[in-house]
Amino acid sequence: MRTFAALLDALVFMPSRNGKIRLMADYFAQVPDPDRGWGLAALTGALSFSAAKPAGVRALVMERVDPVLFGWSHDFVGDLAETVALIWPERPGANREPTLSEVVEALGAAHRGAVLGLLERWLDALDADGRFALIKLITGSLRVGVSARLAKTALAEWGGQDVDAIEEVWHGLTPPYAPLFAWLEGRADRPAVSEGAGFRPLMLANPLEDTDLGALDPVAYNAEWKWDGIRVQVVARGGERRLYSRTGDDIGRAFPDILEVMDFDAVLDGELLVVRDGQVAPFNDLQQRLNRKQVTARMLRDFPAHVRLYDLLFEGPEDLRGMPFGARRERLELWHARVAPRRMDLSPLIPFEGWETLAALRAGAREAAIEGLMLKRADSLYVPGRPKGPWFKWKRGALTLDVVMMYAQRGHGKRSSFYSDYTFGVWREGELVPVGKCYSGFTDEELVRLDRWIRNNTVRRFGPVREVAPGLVLEVAFDSVHRSTRHKSGVAMRFPRVHRIRWDKPAAEADRLEMLERLIVE
Amino acid sequence: MAALPERPESWIRVCPEGLFVEPAGIYIDPVRPVDRAVVTHAHADHARPGNRAVLATAETLAIMRQRIGPAAGQTQQAVPYGEVLRLGEVDVALVPAGHVLGSAQVVLTWRGRRVVVSGDYKRRLDPTCAPFEPVPCDLFVSEATFGLPVFRHPPTGHEIAKLVHSLALFPERAHVVGVYALGKCQRLIAELRGAGFDDPIYLHGALVPICAIYESFGVPMGELRPALAATREEMRGRVVLAPPSAIADRWARRLPDPVTAMASGWMRVRQRARQRGIELPLVISDHADWDELTETITELGARQLWVTHGNEEPLVHWARGRGIAAEALALVGFDEGGEGEPPPLAGEEEPPTGDVLPLSAPEDA
Repeated sequence: MRTFAALLDALVFMPSRNGKIRLMADYFAQVPDPDRGWGLAALTGALSFSAAKPAGVRALVMERVDPVLFGWSHDFVGDLAETVALIWPERPGANREPTLSEVVEALGAAHRGAVLGLLERWLDALDADGRFALIKLITGSLRVGVSARLAKTALAEWGGQDVDAIEEVWHGLTPPYAPLFAWLEGRADRPAVSEGAGFRPLMLANPLEDTDLGALDPVAYNAEWKWDGIRVQVVARGGERRLYSRTGDDIGRAFPDILEVMDFDAVLDGELLVVRDGQVAPFNDLQQRLNRKQVTARMLRDFPAHVRLYDLLFEGPEDLRGMPFGARRERLELWHARVAPRRMDLSPLIPFEGWETLAALRAGAREAAIEGLMLKRADSLYVPGRPKGPWFKWKRGALTLDVVMMYAQRGHGKRSSFYSDYTFGVWREGELVPVGKCYSGFTDEELVRLDRWIRNNTVRRFGPVREVAPGLVLEVAFDSVHRSTRHKSGVAMRFPRVHRIRWDKPAAEADRLEMLERLIVE
Repeated sequence: MAALPERPESWIRVCPEGLFVEPAGIYIDPVRPVDRAVVTHAHADHARPGNRAVLATAETLAIMRQRIGPAAGQTQQAVPYGEVLRLGEVDVALVPAGHVLGSAQVVLTWRGRRVVVSGDYKRRLDPTCAPFEPVPCDLFVSEATFGLPVFRHPPTGHEIAKLVHSLALFPERAHVVGVYALGKCQRLIAELRGAGFDDPIYLHGALVPICAIYESFGVPMGELRPALAATREEMRGRVVLAPPSAIADRWARRLPDPVTAMASGWMRVRQRARQRGIELPLVISDHADWDELTETITELGARQLWVTHGNEEPLVHWARGRGIAAEALALVGFDEGGEGEPPPLAGEEEPPTGDVLPLSAPEDA
């Protein structure tokens, strides 16, 4: 448990992806089976214990701690699990520290009424980091900034295998994954590729550069709209139903309305959207449905989910990935006509003559649900990863706005000594109102210059944040604007990034809020 | 009935200048210049410039002279631990507080009553200074920097091991640790040495003079090198110590892809560490944690407790629950501004003043 607790602790503070990978790889190398397998299961979200609730944890600590002191402590620390972990008055020598396996196995076997008793014994035996890890583990929210995909990437790096090779066998395995570790350590053969409802690594598209177009033969490509939702893999195999995000995270729990209609046997690729009366709603609406553990009937009614299909990977047991796109598309259309699943339609192919007609279509598409175009070679096989050539995404031109820098904050990791995260605003009745944040789109040289400007123009400091004099105009690019109740300005921009730094432009000539409001997609 | 002369309120009181011991004519750690001052230790919020006569340990006086020069006191009297002096009508002695080199508690005895003013203290072992000496007393004046039961510092060895493990895991990265120039810096070095870490340790310029004073008082530091003179390549996989204000600022850009660490009791609370962008928090403090505070109060058997600078309320609440007459003592001038690092060497970093979080937490913890 101690090593697992130390890993969680280190992951929380580690800002860089590579650093996280190294920490996890070190854990897999140091920790024996079956503990590391349970650790992997915890990181990939494969463990869930329903019997322990935060209220139970709170009740336990209240039996031992002065409620006044607990109240002050909770106010100071903020997080309940952390407060309990720190304040817990242990009884030294009372118990031996449990291993992660003992914890997982005992919780799995315990009936509901016994859980708090177990928990109390473990809290006595662990140190503060161990208690924090234990509480986070059993209440089901690690929040260490690690996706299932990243954990598998660390596993792949440590084991010297490709992450997609792990992905292919993943679904056939269960915690604590002994055969997987045996294979990665070269002690056993690769586990069988799972036939079940596992995630199949996605084929991804490259962004189309304007210079690419001349070299491409329009006849060889199909075009589709690029929908502004999230990419999903719809998997219904052998009675199991799964909905995966593009990184392989199982998001089905948040979309029971989609799972419900998956009464077929196939693996499909498509875009998850909110569709009302046949109209695709803005991305903001879809966001209401993401990352939720509980979905209310009201949410299902107000934000109905929908999948717009564009590829068929498996039909029944038949693997179609070795067929060309054109053939898969025909099979997809036949399959869709025959099965006619509710809440799912086809992403239409767009007929076009040459690149000019397509460019005109792309330029004319201002509809909120459309991000641009997808180009797919008719002869492209379905290859995991991002091969250069077969698929391109051709995003429509971004919107831009001249904004004024208001606050700057230091970045993380390599950027920790630089002010690299900016809050910017636009004018409203002579005042600046913050409308967004950005932290990309500039070169390292520009960052050095921005950092210097910020230090020389600071008017106030709030810990890591500096308020700057309104004197620097940034031209920010963004994909769209939506209404937002979370922002004081009432608007939220999607993917804002610095397009150009307008060292030359006076702040007073930056844009006004009305300008931004005019771009809102309702 | 005449006022009982031995009631502490009648002879020790809080004035704008600081804690005044009337029958001795002395102020303890005064915040404004006074005629006669007793200084518990050399941290800037306790040892201020401009007093006429200053009484402290030789170590404290040496550090004060280094930091504030002649303003350390027109007349300076060094008193060894344990020696009893008669000041006015009061017997005064300095005994070790275990906080930093030279740190002392002030033991005051008058008409058969004893008062101990702790200054800042801790109970766990520190290889760089004499351990806290418990002196039973009627009134104990205790600090309360970590006066909340969530503050329970882990074993120091555990935190040192975390740093050593990270060095092994990221050998291509420098590990820059934010430390206070007096106390934490030297203790961290000594703890690393004690754990068998013999590599050279690189120092920010502001840390060099006090390390030299520690060595002159017989505390070995091993091989120290100025970070300014080292190449980027040389500092890969090395421990670099710097004041907290420098670790995530321009000064740190000379370091190869640094892991930003910080050694402080405040690192116990994750959100505190994250707000400061710390990647490797090391919970190492020179102040007593909650258990040390409460155990010390119990051990000394004082029936009266005054609590100063820090989280007074919870400790007062705890003590009253145990029948101790406890009060929060509102001493001004402590905590808010942080430890007050000495001015940086020219050209080495921007002044750290003001670049602290708007938290009511003292920074020398």
